[in-house]
Amino acid sequence: MAALAAEAHAPSTTDPIVPRRGLWVVGAVLTLTVVLIAGNWLWGLDFLHVVGGGMWTAVDLFMGFVIGPIMRGLSIPARIELTKRLMPKMLLIMPTLVTMTLGAGFQLARSNGMLDTAYPRHGWVVASMVVVAVMAIVALALLQPANIAVLFELRKPQPNPAIVQMLMRRFIYAAGVTGAMQVATLVIMTRLAT
Amino acid sequence: MSENAPVELAGPRVTELGMVSIALVAAGVIDLAAYLPRRAPLLPPVLLLAAAVAVLAVNVALVLRRPGFAVWRFRQVAGWMLLVYVVVAGMLEFTFLRDHTHGTVLVLMTLLLATFTLNVPVLAGYTVARFELEPGP
Repeated sequence: MAALAAEAHAPSTTDPIVPRRGLWVVGAVLTLTVVLIAGNWLWGLDFLHVVGGGMWTAVDLFMGFVIGPIMRGLSIPARIELTKRLMPKMLLIMPTLVTMTLGAGFQLARSNGMLDTAYPRHGWVVASMVVVAVMAIVALALLQPANIAVLFELRKPQPNPAIVQMLMRRFIYAAGVTGAMQVATLVIMTRLAT
Repeated sequence: MSENAPVELAGPRVTELGMVSIALVAAGVIDLAAYLPRRAPLLPPVLLLAAAVAVLAVNVALVLRRPGFAVWRFRQVAGWMLLVYVVVAGMLEFTFLRDHTHGTVLVLMTLLLATFTLNVPVLAGYTVARFELEPGP
C-alpha cells in the first residue's frame, strides 16, 4: 500500500519540470532577502547569511559524500527512482540557498566595511570572492545544467539510463567539488569573524 | 526504459568555453570590487570583458552550427533560463544603482552582468538539447 502511494507521488512525464508548489517557498525566501537588503536590517541579513551558508554547505557535502556513494550502490531502476524524486527539489533548493547566502553576505560585507580596501583583512574578503566565483562556475556550468538535463531525460517516454547515470554522476561530483570548496569558505569566514 | 544506449558526447566544448567566459566575467567583477571604494584601473576589466564576450559569441556560434542539433529544445530551455536570470540580473543591477555605482564602472559592471546572464542559458540549453532525439514540435 505504501509502495502504491509512493508510486502515485512519483513525477510523471507530464508533470512540470519545476515543482510549482515549491515556487511559493522560493518566492517567500527571495522576497525576504530583498526586503532585508533594502532595509539593511543587519540581524536579519546575518540570519540569512549564516543559515543559508550552513544549509548550502551541508547539502553540498551531503550530496557529494553521502548520496553519491549510496547511489553508486543502487540498482539502475532504484537510481532512476531516487533521481526522479530528488532532482526537481534540488532545482529549487540550491539556487534559493545560493542567492540568499550571497545576497545577504554581500550586503553585510558592505555594511561592515569589509569591502573597503582599508579593511585590515581585505585580502581574505577578496579570497572569498575568488572561492565563490569558482563555486559559481562549477554550479552554473556543470551542476545546474546536469540537474535540468536529467529532468528532461526522465520525462521522455523511454529515458536512456546511460544518459541519466552520466548526468547524475556529473551532478554528484560537481556537488562534491563545491562542498569541498565550502570548507575553504568556512576557513575564510571564521577568520573574518574572529 | 530502454537498454543502456551509448552516450554520444562528441561535439564542441560548449561547457568548457562557457566556464572560461564566466571565469573571465568573474575575474573582471572581482578586479573592480577589490579596489572599492576607490576606482579600479579600467583596462584589465575591459580586456576581460572583451575576452568573455568573444568566447560567448564563439560558443553560441558553435552551438547553433552543430549538425542535427535540437535547436527547438535549446531555445525552449535557454528561453526560460534567460527569463530567470534576467530577473536575477535585474536585482543585481538595482543593487549597483542603489550603491551609487555610476559612470564607466556602472557601464562595465552592467556589460559584465549581461555577459554572465547570457552564458547561463546557453550552458543549460546546450546540456539539455544535446541529448534530444526528437525532431521538434
